[in-house]
Amino acid sequence: MPIITIDNKKVEFENGMTVMQACELAGAEIPRFCYHEKLSIAGNCRMCLVEMEKGPPKPVASCAMPAGDGMVIKTDSEMVKKARKGVMEFLLINHPLDCPICDQGGECDLQDQALHYGFDKSRYEENKRAVKNKHMGPLVSTIMTRCIHCTRCVRFSTEVAGVDDLGLLGRGENAEITTYLEKTIDSELSGNVIDLCPVGALTSKPYSFKSRPWELSKTETYDVLDGIGSSIRVDTRGKQVLRVLPRINEDINEEWINDKTRFAIDGLSRQRLDKVYIRENDKFNVSDWDSALNKIKDEINKRGKDKTITLSGKFTDAETIITSKLFSKGLGSDLYDCRFDNAQIIHGESESYKFNSSIQEVENADAILLVGSNPRWEASVLNIRIRKAFINNSCKIGLIGPELNLNYSYTNISNSLAGLNDILNNNSEFSKDFFNAKNPIIIVGTSAINNSEGTSVIKICAEIAKKLPNFSASFNPLNILNQDISRVGSLELAFKK
Amino acid sequence: MLREEDKIFNNLYGFDDWSLTGAKNRGVWSNTKEIIEKGSDFIVEEIKSSQLRGRGGAGFPAGLKWSFMPKDSGKPHYLVVNADESEPGTCKDREIMRNDPHLLLEGCLIAGFAMHANTCYIYIRGEYSNEASNLQKAIDEAYENNLIGKNACGTNWNYDIYLHIGAGAYICGEETALLESLEGKKGQPRLKPPFPAGAGLYGCPTTVTNVETIAVAPTIIRRGASWFSSLGRENNTGSKIFSISGHVNNPCNVEEEMGIGLKELIENHAGGVIGGWDNLLAVIPGGASVPLIPKSICDKVKMDFDSLKEVQSGLGTAAVIVMNKSTDIVDAICRLSHFYKHESCGQCTPCREGTGWMYRMMEKMVKGSAQVNDIDKLLDVTKQIEGHTICALGDAAAWPIQGLMRHFRPEVERRIKEYRLGEVA
Repeated sequence: MPIITIDNKKVEFENGMTVMQACELAGAEIPRFCYHEKLSIAGNCRMCLVEMEKGPPKPVASCAMPAGDGMVIKTDSEMVKKARKGVMEFLLINHPLDCPICDQGGECDLQDQALHYGFDKSRYEENKRAVKNKHMGPLVSTIMTRCIHCTRCVRFSTEVAGVDDLGLLGRGENAEITTYLEKTIDSELSGNVIDLCPVGALTSKPYSFKSRPWELSKTETYDVLDGIGSSIRVDTRGKQVLRVLPRINEDINEEWINDKTRFAIDGLSRQRLDKVYIRENDKFNVSDWDSALNKIKDEINKRGKDKTITLSGKFTDAETIITSKLFSKGLGSDLYDCRFDNAQIIHGESESYKFNSSIQEVENADAILLVGSNPRWEASVLNIRIRKAFINNSCKIGLIGPELNLNYSYTNISNSLAGLNDILNNNSEFSKDFFNAKNPIIIVGTSAINNSEGTSVIKICAEIAKKLPNFSASFNPLNILNQDISRVGSLELAFKK
Repeated sequence: MLREEDKIFNNLYGFDDWSLTGAKNRGVWSNTKEIIEKGSDFIVEEIKSSQLRGRGGAGFPAGLKWSFMPKDSGKPHYLVVNADESEPGTCKDREIMRNDPHLLLEGCLIAGFAMHANTCYIYIRGEYSNEASNLQKAIDEAYENNLIGKNACGTNWNYDIYLHIGAGAYICGEETALLESLEGKKGQPRLKPPFPAGAGLYGCPTTVTNVETIAVAPTIIRRGASWFSSLGRENNTGSKIFSISGHVNNPCNVEEEMGIGLKELIENHAGGVIGGWDNLLAVIPGGASVPLIPKSICDKVKMDFDSLKEVQSGLGTAAVIVMNKSTDIVDAICRLSHFYKHESCGQCTPCREGTGWMYRMMEKMVKGSAQVNDIDKLLDVTKQIEGHTICALGDAAAWPIQGLMRHFRPEVERRIKEYRLGEVA
């Protein structure tokens, strides 16, 4: 392995790494604003400058410089310290320093790095630049004077979210990040720009002026609003949930979450079903637990116990499922199910309801067949992986279902079972590409299986999967994309009739 | 003094016919086929041994640059001619393009062939509409006469030349910003590495070269590298077009030998400084980006890359801006600062924030409303920009101010003191 010397310390690195990554291996901390692991390299903030021996007589941007064998890098020399101080000063001269009223305060990269690398006082005596705020919709609040033009938000929206809604207009000190025509960011992932913004230029509108980060208790948990189960952190103060942030989980959501996950928290404090109601003559009357439970008992006793049906909802946890099942069996009934939407499965085959080939594997696909699914709405985080496959592997994407607005191009094969059969028999144009691909993947959405044809759809898809080159005992390219977080758990617990 | 027969640009002033007929009479396109048949290695070696240095400002050895192009990369190769001549004071390329466009086109074919390129883009400054018109007509003529296109000049080499008109941003003269602009993106410089020779236009091997560098190449090969290197001195060979403007009696473009004395250049070709040589205050010798030199240096300095570097300035594009004693030198440099503030692309921090700050401090220096220690602050800011940016615009913005303070600090201090005295009174 090649060796690089960083601050007199020799470290081995992998080819293709940047100087910044090598510095991290050596334990040398490099300040940065524009660099982000998941985005392309911009190299524009100039905060990560380091000194390279035998290089040009000026510092180099470590985030963009490929590490080379035998390089000698200094990260704490006079030159580097001066460069960092200089860049820090430039970033601050036109920054409003309105930290006391800024929502980013306490978790601001600019604040933290100014403390470590900045001057202690200002030499700037001119007027500061003011920038008009931009309208970016109901979720993202903008205070553009604070912007340091790192372009993380622009890169995120074009590269990851796949929308060209954000950009940099103007040049020089008049450059502004904008949505061009002051339109809402048309993306289901727009909230992520709030996390990406290293300063307080883009902040959360619903959370604005609510709290300071040090006042919040942080609970690590999982998102329940789609079938993916993204890793999240819930920030609460007292009994109130104030915001939801993503946690890094490379297997599931990398470090993104969709807007539904992020902003659905207002539903936790408004219009909740927090009282017991009993329906009488199509009207809900307020009641209490005792009378409600008694009513249930009476109604069950009145009817045949063995004809009592137990249905579970979208968010039911496994413990409740087990308890309900035992309860139902105790009554002498085996009528219980989690599939209130009539989704079909093939009994005895757990692969007929699971996402078999892991979310990460979607990224490596070079052909994807979508059956009755809109991944952009049903699993936005999974859709990021599909888009990645589309960009990195020139993945071919075919769709059986109605026309969709996806952020990658796809072939609409048909909207019927016949189209699926054509693929099975290798009778369509897409099927040739699909069977010739190295890592093809099938994703079946719930709308394709929650009807009378559902079983056929699964069976045909399973047959296609078996014909695919990557099908093996340990890998099944057939994936069922459930929309409900509790569905697979319930089916695993056999909560079905 | 350059002898008449050693001049490369025989129609610099447009007295002669610029079209193909006129160009052929002047010897352009005369033995292009023979030159190409000698092979690409021969051409690159010849340019290398002529010691031709890039005429766009940086002065990088041209032959060396051409040799960076990979031999067989499996990708298309591109030659991109940088005709986005926007450096204040510089007006040499426009004369080539409107008065001798075929010289450039022949150079494009020879240089492109040497780099294994089948395609050449000429990126011309948006304001140069007359030049673009002449150049396009010349390209059409060349296609009609099979000088370029399929089997160009009968050499079995296919060669296409496209003219692309820019939209008028100074930064698009920076080679990687030019490539971005050519690709249809916003003209912002790219990070280097990778260099264009490895991954340039559309990610393919590309060389970006100034108009003059390309235009002199055919004559160098025709007359031999030793002829070219016999002009000037070691490492600063050949002839060069100087654009002389400002306080001279006869502002002009003139082709002269490298290493000609600045005084000689101004007095012989530009009719001398207005008010006589002793009325000279300072000269910016290489376009707005290089530090100025005061009269004491102008007396003796020679106009070539290394001599000007020794006096902490540079040859740049050889655009000589002459300022006599009627000049408000601080205001003149302040105006340049405004230019760089206006033309900064806004991509990287030091240039985006620093150019505006420098300009505002310079405005105060002009009035004298600054403090004396603000001069050191200003110099400190120029040092904080210099070398810390993605492209060289940051350096170019810093150098004129450094040059001013190096040579005219007493003048700036005088103004500050006078202003304060005025305030007290």
